[in-house]
Amino acid sequence: MLVAAALAALAGCAPVDGGGAGGADSPGRTLTVFAAASLTGTFEELGERFERDHPGTEVEFGFAGSSQLAAQINEGAPADVFASADARTMDSVAEAGNTAGEPVVFVRNTLEIAVPRGNPAGITGLADLADPGVAVALCAEEVPCGAAAAQALDAAGVRVTPVSLEEDVKAALTKVELGEVDAALVYRTDVLAGDAVEGIPFDEAAGAANDYPIAVLAEAPHPGLARDWVDWVCSADAQRVFRDAGFTAR
Amino acid sequence: MSAGLDARLVVDRGEFRLDAALRARPGEVVALLGPNGAGKSTALRALAGLESLTGGHVRLDGRDVTTAPPERRPVGMVFQDYLLFDHLSALDNVAFGPRCAGAGRAEARAAAARLLERVGLAAFARARPRALSGGQAQRVALARALAVRPRLLLLDEPLAALDVHTRAGVRAELRRHLADLDCATVLVTHDPLDAMVLADRITVVEAGRVVQEGAPGDVAQHPRTGYVARLVGLNLYRGTAHGTRVEVAGAGAEVALPEPRAGEVFVAFPPRAVALYRERPDGSPRNLWRLRTEGVERFGDQVRVHLDGPLPLRADITPAALAELRLDTGTPVWAAVKAAEVRCYPA
Amino acid sequence: MTPGSPPAEAAPPEAAGTRRAAALRVRAGRFPWPLVVPALIGLAFLVLPFAGLLVRAPWASLGTRLLLPEVRGALWLSLTTATAATAVSVLLGVPLAWLLARTAFPGRRLVRALVTVPMVIPPVVGGVALLLALGRRGLVGGYLDAWFGVSLPFTPAAVVLAQVFVAMPFLVISVEGALRGADRRYEEAAATLGASRAVVFWRVTLPMVAPGVAAGAVLAWARALGEFGATITFAGNFPGRTQTMPLAVYLAMQESPESAIVLSLVLLAVSLGVLVALRDRWTGAL
Repeated sequence: MLVAAALAALAGCAPVDGGGAGGADSPGRTLTVFAAASLTGTFEELGERFERDHPGTEVEFGFAGSSQLAAQINEGAPADVFASADARTMDSVAEAGNTAGEPVVFVRNTLEIAVPRGNPAGITGLADLADPGVAVALCAEEVPCGAAAAQALDAAGVRVTPVSLEEDVKAALTKVELGEVDAALVYRTDVLAGDAVEGIPFDEAAGAANDYPIAVLAEAPHPGLARDWVDWVCSADAQRVFRDAGFTAR
Repeated sequence: MSAGLDARLVVDRGEFRLDAALRARPGEVVALLGPNGAGKSTALRALAGLESLTGGHVRLDGRDVTTAPPERRPVGMVFQDYLLFDHLSALDNVAFGPRCAGAGRAEARAAAARLLERVGLAAFARARPRALSGGQAQRVALARALAVRPRLLLLDEPLAALDVHTRAGVRAELRRHLADLDCATVLVTHDPLDAMVLADRITVVEAGRVVQEGAPGDVAQHPRTGYVARLVGLNLYRGTAHGTRVEVAGAGAEVALPEPRAGEVFVAFPPRAVALYRERPDGSPRNLWRLRTEGVERFGDQVRVHLDGPLPLRADITPAALAELRLDTGTPVWAAVKAAEVRCYPA
Repeated sequence: MTPGSPPAEAAPPEAAGTRRAAALRVRAGRFPWPLVVPALIGLAFLVLPFAGLLVRAPWASLGTRLLLPEVRGALWLSLTTATAATAVSVLLGVPLAWLLARTAFPGRRLVRALVTVPMVIPPVVGGVALLLALGRRGLVGGYLDAWFGVSLPFTPAAVVLAQVFVAMPFLVISVEGALRGADRRYEEAAATLGASRAVVFWRVTLPMVAPGVAAGAVLAWARALGEFGATITFAGNFPGRTQTMPLAVYLAMQESPESAIVLSLVLLAVSLGVLVALRDRWTGAL
């Protein structure tokens, strides 16, 4: 009964918050953006500027692995916008009829070889990763960075036996930072954001880059504001921010 | 080199101090008798090595074991609630000691079986302790303690865990087993009957000190403290004898003796030797005191009357006499004792 | 009386008789609603998510998925590493519990608090901590690598270590509680029978606290079996070598929730089966 009362109270709050949702720019609203964890730094910066340009609006982010976010959205999480780290994950949301309109690719992320500072194993390119004496971490193929890595290695014709298939790119990066592995294939943005790691670009990366799609969600509480956010992310100003963080602009 | 136990046990815990000398010859059973908290159990634990001494010594058959750990002492102990190991059968409980002493499993079990046979429990060898009655458990505990071939056997309140109906039988049985032993035995009890029946000698401990020692009959006849006197059912006073009169210490009363004595003495007489009167009796017996009724309680088929006054005492009278006297708290009475009933012995 | 039952006057004589007898029976106290209601809510809360899994499970493909070599590999790795971790926890945890329960040393309270730390910190942090301690460049791991050429991360041994780290506290706490509850006079009795301290421990103390050890071992095993965060961080994820069931479940989740559900059910079924079987063997021990 206590639980029921608490739920009723929560439910009672909701209309007060979202009451003015009709007008495009009426103040006191919260835009909820679900975004891939690799977008954390850039989206937060863009969010501050968006709030400045839309007085009275607050942007709230849910950062997590793309697949987790997709699962949450498909189970009915009340978000306005979804930005995924790969097309496949976005497709799973679109196919479930949970996007409003076609997703657009707003940025792309290329892979780099991350090595511990000083590059103790002397890695120079993708071919070095095939050396059995080199401990390599890749992302698991189930997650976007793993799929991209597999694609890149295939394209280069390099066969790697990794010591671990990490559950996400941050975990792979951590192994490099701690010196537990000699190299890992991660995104360029992660190399730039990481501590004590160096990035080694490689030619085959271009063919295996990840496109980041973004879409307004079908059940968005604030569809107008959500469209504003998508436009903002695609604008030249925002693209500069992405480039600074290591992304390749559209 | 003396055989048996020779110990002086000093345990100082600040608010409580035990200081007691104990001796027991091989084959002799010594009872440590005393009220709760007197230090009997502490003394027993110190003998077993479960409690460290702050002073004194423990010698067994001439060997000093004062600082030896429990497992290195030739001591067997029967605990108050027996403490049989629940996860082992009766046989394996008894075999535990021999196994610890290095005997093989078969050898230890054979020895254990002989001991169980001796205490009449051969049929219960495979029983779990839980399935045994109190008396059976006690016999298994005794067999277990004897299995280590102790030079000193310790029994802590061996009958306290039993109900009243089985106690007499187990007591007689235990007495028979103890009589067969060739090791020194110390048992602790607060029950004078246990001490009288089981022990060859009684050591009375009060507040950490030995207050009286002697054969059971001697202790029963000549108590030297109020605690012992109450246990054996006597009114006891200490005083100075002048001929046939004893001036009782700390009381404004005198006690008349059948024959003259001199010096510091104890005088004792049983409660049933006291006669009570509402009016001062004729013929004027030599011991007559004016006292006040403090309380009345049932005592067997008699009534025990507690009296206060110059000579506080207990009197046992028949219910009929009580009815006649119409005693109530505060009722004044005359108490008379024939001089011939008064026992007197040096203090 | 149920709403549909006939009125009392119309009842046949024998029924009236039983009713009179019933009236003489001592009435049971009021039904303990204040206990039963929260108990049922609690039970529902624990069982409902499980029911959710069952409802969504793709039953048709269950059998074929079970036969997949990756699934069998992960299941086998999970069962063996969790069992090994439990064994290590018992070997190290029981003496540690004994130390905490039976000895007085300065800082004992602090040590006890330290023992519970792995229960409190997020397992992923525990995994990072293990890397910092036992990794290739770790506090101790650096020497292991330099002197013996031993590198723990990314090996099945690392999986076991990660599980021991999170599971052993459960065993220590359970056994310490049992030791504190045990009657020490039995140990004294054993000493008077000539038992050395080691013999007392093996033949008296341990059998006395056996139920506590068993309960602790089951908790530890269950915790080790479900361990995810510390494992994936310290041991990584490689099928057949370090990919345990929880890791397989997590990664399957990234692609298709259905296969994650199947894997979860497999893990649940096997662990429940093992626990029930053990419980039957140690009836009364838990």
